Amino acid sequence: MAQLQQDKDRLNLAPKKFNMWLFVFTSFMFFAALTSGFIVYVGGRGGHGTGIVLPTVFQYSTLVIILSSFTLFMASRAAKELQFVTQRVYLGITVLLGLAFFAIQLYGWSLLVKMGVYFTNPNASQSFIYVFTGMHLLHILGGLGLLLYAIAGSYYNIGQVKNLFRMEFASIFWHFIDIIWIYLYVFLLLNQY
Amino acid sequence: MSTLAVHDHDVAHHNDHDEHHHQDTFLTKYIFSQDHKMIAKQFLITGITMAVIAMILSVLFRIQLAYPDKAFPLLETLLGRFAPQGRLDPNFYLSLVTIHGTIMVFFVLTAGLSGTFSNLLIPLQLGARDMASPFLNMLSYWFFFTASVIMLGSFFVTKGPASAGWTIYPPLSALPKAMPGSGEGMTLWLISMVLFVASSLMGGINYVSTVLNMRTKGMDLWKMPLTIWAFFLTAILGVLAFPVLVAGVVLLIFDRSFGTSFYLSEIVVNGQIMPYEGGSPILFQHLFWFLGHPEVYIVIMPALGISSEIISTNSRKPIFGYHAMVYSLIGITVLSFIVWGHHMFVTGMNPFLGGVFMITTLIIAVPSAVKTFNYLATLWRGNIRFTPAMLFAIGLVSFFISGGLTGIFLGNAALDINLHDTYFVVAHFHLVMGSAAIFGMLAGVYHWFPKMFGRLMDEKLGYLHFWLTFIGAYLVFFPMHFMGLDGVPRRYYAFTEFESMKQWLSVNVFITWAAIMSAVAQLAFLFNFFYSIFFGKKTTQNPWNSNTLEWTAPIEHFHGNWPGEIPTVYRWPYDYSKPGHHEDFIPQTVPFSQTMSSNLPHDFEDNETGLEALAQWHKANPVKEEVK
Repeated sequence: MAQLQQDKDRLNLAPKKFNMWLFVFTSFMFFAALTSGFIVYVGGRGGHGTGIVLPTVFQYSTLVIILSSFTLFMASRAAKELQFVTQRVYLGITVLLGLAFFAIQLYGWSLLVKMGVYFTNPNASQSFIYVFTGMHLLHILGGLGLLLYAIAGSYYNIGQVKNLFRMEFASIFWHFIDIIWIYLYVFLLLNQY
Repeated sequence: MSTLAVHDHDVAHHNDHDEHHHQDTFLTKYIFSQDHKMIAKQFLITGITMAVIAMILSVLFRIQLAYPDKAFPLLETLLGRFAPQGRLDPNFYLSLVTIHGTIMVFFVLTAGLSGTFSNLLIPLQLGARDMASPFLNMLSYWFFFTASVIMLGSFFVTKGPASAGWTIYPPLSALPKAMPGSGEGMTLWLISMVLFVASSLMGGINYVSTVLNMRTKGMDLWKMPLTIWAFFLTAILGVLAFPVLVAGVVLLIFDRSFGTSFYLSEIVVNGQIMPYEGGSPILFQHLFWFLGHPEVYIVIMPALGISSEIISTNSRKPIFGYHAMVYSLIGITVLSFIVWGHHMFVTGMNPFLGGVFMITTLIIAVPSAVKTFNYLATLWRGNIRFTPAMLFAIGLVSFFISGGLTGIFLGNAALDINLHDTYFVVAHFHLVMGSAAIFGMLAGVYHWFPKMFGRLMDEKLGYLHFWLTFIGAYLVFFPMHFMGLDGVPRRYYAFTEFESMKQWLSVNVFITWAAIMSAVAQLAFLFNFFYSIFFGKKTTQNPWNSNTLEWTAPIEHFHGNWPGEIPTVYRWPYDYSKPGHHEDFIPQTVPFSQTMSSNLPHDFEDNETGLEALAQWHKANPVKEEVK
């Protein structure tokens, strides 16, 4: 019992999880600032938006990342039910979907370039598209790191408490960047013209 | 729980022992320490070092302002190409004010102040073994250290450090060719600040999480000392505001290095038309000041919290209006996010919008005044002990009043047309934010030095330090109001060369000598600080007879703070001079059952059994009428 108390003192998992929530807030403020910047910029120009139609490929990336949230949820459920093989499989699928999302976004950029929408652009509202997606991809990289950390946890025998902690730690962030992407995508869709 | 904790005692000891065999190398104890107390000391000493450097920078540009025509060969010896023929280079002058501002605002009064005292006091005053994530805490310090090194390193690049002012407005900051300081110096500034923001966020996240999750038994939010409230709200401000600065800086970096046009439009440099179009420099100001204004409260709020604690302890009186103090801190926190426009009144802002920002700005005077009056009411008829810490805390109140009053002028959109970017602004923020916050920090150092180093600082040197600095600060900043009212612009290299401003030269000489005096006075502090670390008088466990939890922890430091069980909290932290008690303080760890003679009915709000026990006790011990 005493040992348990000690472990609780040392692990401190709840506050650490809370740290992740707070980080989510900071990230949210970051994207809120970028989108506000977009609104101020566009308002100052007297325009109405980016002036282009976004490539449809971003719809596929949106689908992919929503799917990845679903598989991550399945992985969490498997972890709670002590089915570690299933957990690993779902986690693996989530990572692959994350990578696919990354690739589709980059492909989206190449389509934008083909449309003549460059990053270095006298109309910075179009540069903003790259900033939004690029900064979001940085978050995806971080999320992938957390997912791999969770996978590693399920391979090495770190105990169920820690395993679940890593799962939740990764889940909070991954679902968050999923939602952030939907926010950014809808924001860009609404500001096309 | 309590039985568990009794066992816990031995286990904790054992484990400590085991771990110490692995842990106690020099590297893990002093360098890459994860102990919040050591990290606090690291922040403090780095902060003091940065403060001394920034202070020397200010003396350098003060010399230029007082003696614009004189050559000082010594300057060339010291600064080399930055002071050819012993006269400060104009571009280097701009770098000096820029780096002075940056270091003071961010590295000293944000990281040095919050980093030191949030780290030291949050776990100790809340009864926690350490921060939520000690590892993140360690990273926070090392990011800060790296940022400091890079910021100072910018003095060693060819063209000198950044020189666009601490607010780094584009286009000066966005075009590497705009002026010497826009080159590598600016790049290093940006890198340093990104690291700094990362450090601040890691620290802030930890502080918020620790306050919300790791309070000891009985320590509900309304039993927290005001220091903790202040650190907590400061950390929230940082967590919400700094990401916005990052967003602004990211776009700035793209403009600088990738050729985008977020902030730049139709610009000609050296007769060459730049390829930028359609950007908005005002956008940067919005993003910057959305951080920048909360930032000034990030600077002042910890200082306010520290002085609440010190003033109450040394007046031997409960803080006046504890709840009002907390609500005004919360009010300041919320309001600070909707006033940033008052930095931009003259950017061509819609006058209606200016009016809105003016109203929100002036409303901040209300919680600020509540705090000021509460400080004064706490002092009123207290048994004041004038320790150096107490003097500095009172000094803070003085600066907060005299600097705050001019804020009412500056917050007025119409008056700001005249006053903005003049020395009036310089005077205002150096008093209300600079001097007040540094006095809060120094008060904290004097007060918690025994907790940090187990020794006391010398009081006489403390008094000398206080009076010289206090008088010096007023002598430096008060005359600047009049210069500002006369329209003298800030950041000018030699404004006394203008015919209309010539008469200010004598004032400049006066200010410079006052500044030199205040700077020399800091030697008293530096000597006192470093001497006392090694040779100061040994302290007792609770040298100020204070109520808060940190003084129940042993003087000897070890990771975990309390050897056995973490103490439980039963009462608020300000039971000083409670009538009926035999001492003039009752620590938070003393339960009401041990202080029957001093208990009051309102100590038992929503506690029927407690009220009944109190009534019974009063029946059994009727008050004897005493004539005094």
